[in-house]
Amino acid sequence: MDVRIDGLTVTAAGQRLIADLRLAVPAGAVVGLVGPNGSGKSTTLRCVYRALRPSAGRVLLAGTDVWQLTARDSARRIAALTQEHHVEFGYTAAEIVAMGRSPHKGLLDGDTAVDRELCEQALARVGATHLAARSFLTLSGGERQRVLIARALAQQPRVLVLDEPTNHLDIRYQLEILAAVRATGVTTLAALHDLNLAATTCDRIYLLADGRVVAGGTPREVLTPELIGAVFGVLAHVVPHPMSGAPQLLFGMSFGDPEREAACGGD
Amino acid sequence: MLLYPSRSAERGARNRRHGPHGPVLVPWLTGRRTRLPEGARMAALAGAWPRRRPVLPLLVLLTCVLVVSVVCAVVLGAAHVPPTDVLRLIAAALSGGWIDSTDVPAYQIVWEVRLPRVLLAAVVGAGLAVVGVASQALVRNALADPFVLGVSSGASVGASAVIVFGVFAALGIYALSVAAFLGALGATVLVYLVARSGNGITPLRLVLTGTALAYGFSAVTTALVFLAPRGDAARSALFWLLGSLGGATWQSLPLAAAAVLGGCVYLLGNARRLDALATGDETAATLGVDPASLRRSLFVVCAAVTGCVVAVSGAIGFVGLMVPHLVRMVVGAGHRRVLAVAPLAGACLLIWVDLLARTLIAPRELPLGVLTAALGVPVFVWLMHRRGYVFGGS
Repeated sequence: MDVRIDGLTVTAAGQRLIADLRLAVPAGAVVGLVGPNGSGKSTTLRCVYRALRPSAGRVLLAGTDVWQLTARDSARRIAALTQEHHVEFGYTAAEIVAMGRSPHKGLLDGDTAVDRELCEQALARVGATHLAARSFLTLSGGERQRVLIARALAQQPRVLVLDEPTNHLDIRYQLEILAAVRATGVTTLAALHDLNLAATTCDRIYLLADGRVVAGGTPREVLTPELIGAVFGVLAHVVPHPMSGAPQLLFGMSFGDPEREAACGGD
Repeated sequence: MLLYPSRSAERGARNRRHGPHGPVLVPWLTGRRTRLPEGARMAALAGAWPRRRPVLPLLVLLTCVLVVSVVCAVVLGAAHVPPTDVLRLIAAALSGGWIDSTDVPAYQIVWEVRLPRVLLAAVVGAGLAVVGVASQALVRNALADPFVLGVSSGASVGASAVIVFGVFAALGIYALSVAAFLGALGATVLVYLVARSGNGITPLRLVLTGTALAYGFSAVTTALVFLAPRGDAARSALFWLLGSLGGATWQSLPLAAAAVLGGCVYLLGNARRLDALATGDETAATLGVDPASLRRSLFVVCAAVTGCVVAVSGAIGFVGLMVPHLVRMVVGAGHRRVLAVAPLAGACLLIWVDLLARTLIAPRELPLGVLTAALGVPVFVWLMHRRGYVFGGS
């Protein structure tokens, strides 16, 4: 199921958070949103998973505006990992994952063996089977993150929206979670901080700044020293990954020294 | 055990991994078995998925306890009526049979005074317990109780006005309940209007508004009691404020019972949505729940049930705070289970508390709030220090 964002604009408290944003996520692709803090990544994602109603523009899910769907219908198609990691009361990790089944449930339906199976698989995919019986509140940040991703997977979505999925994760789980997400084959739109991780994981990358798309394309097209320099204000050097060939960035601070700046400046 | 569920899924993963830049080096996907932590392997051996103890036996047990409690509470009391007589009189009342003229005083005690009072205790206890659960989910705060919305302090203003100044005298014995209910309604509307903002009612605004306005209402109540022309009026007002079922009649039962039953049914039907709401508004939205509209209807249901309950019993503290936590300790945090067990637990608790209230210093009565606090505070402190139970928060 493909996602198209068309002329998306969000104005809050007189401030334009994103303006006339356009991007496309082809079916089955993993698309990354990168950009500095406050560039509008999370705002864009919140419009996709319906936590925020845009002031103008549309989010089209296989051609249908998500706001034309009921909340439940949209939750059956789109699952999201939000920046909210606080859960009140002592739910177990298993119960948190099982909540992912709720959009598929009627008012009084109980959890079936199929639901349980899906939840188990989802936890296994993020390597968190052993956490199932633990209270969510006693988990570490990274463990919580994995459990929440498992819940999104248990939702059996057609589109996954991930806001900083690698937050709090150690390097092994950063790679593993993103690989697991790719392995699902589900259309994915993810905001990522780590540009190198984005370069290895994403089919396409959109670079955001000040609520606008500055560039969009393959990682090789977007992650150039010029664009990174212009948007993040840092010096970047691009080298191919020795094994995969994906562009990888090496950073150098200029500290306002023109000579070092010249030395660090990309190729 | 592999990190990924099946071989074929893994192959699929491998085929799909050739991203735009050729194969990506992710060694643990290439079939190598990953060493899992000790706990994981043990969990895998044990069948992994944790199962909560089934809740049905507990429900059956609590129902039996409830029936026994009702019988005990009707049999026991300041005036001695033999248990066999109690059962005979109740049977006679239910079947419309005849009783001896010498039985009339006992009949009045059992049928007119004790039974409605005990049943009302059950209804009020059940209502406070479920509304406690719902309020905690509504404001996403483990310390919330049915009175956090300012409902009870509004009701107190109405009740005090009746007791101290005799307003609504035309309504006779209903004056107190009607005034309390109107007070609750007024407070609810006020809290709602003040707490409302551009994006609906947010939990924090609701807690802050409820608490702040409760102080305001208490001030009014205190002023009313203080200005009372007669000393005994002040005392009855205070008694009402701490909760009492002394005024229970058969007439006070139907409305409260209907409100509590309706509240229970609504909340049980929305148990999954309450779970979603407890995990945060954004997450609730991703799970197909509109947090603003759910919170709105929860607010109305909580306020209505609390208003009906407070109108017939006064403001009985601690039940709505303590019972939800005790129940969560036993059955876990899932709302479907908590909401099934909490009303029964609350009903049993309040029946016994009310029995104590009317027998401990008979023929005088203790206010219920005094007893619930005397029981509740130690239990709560014990709860907080008990290992393995987390109220919420972090």
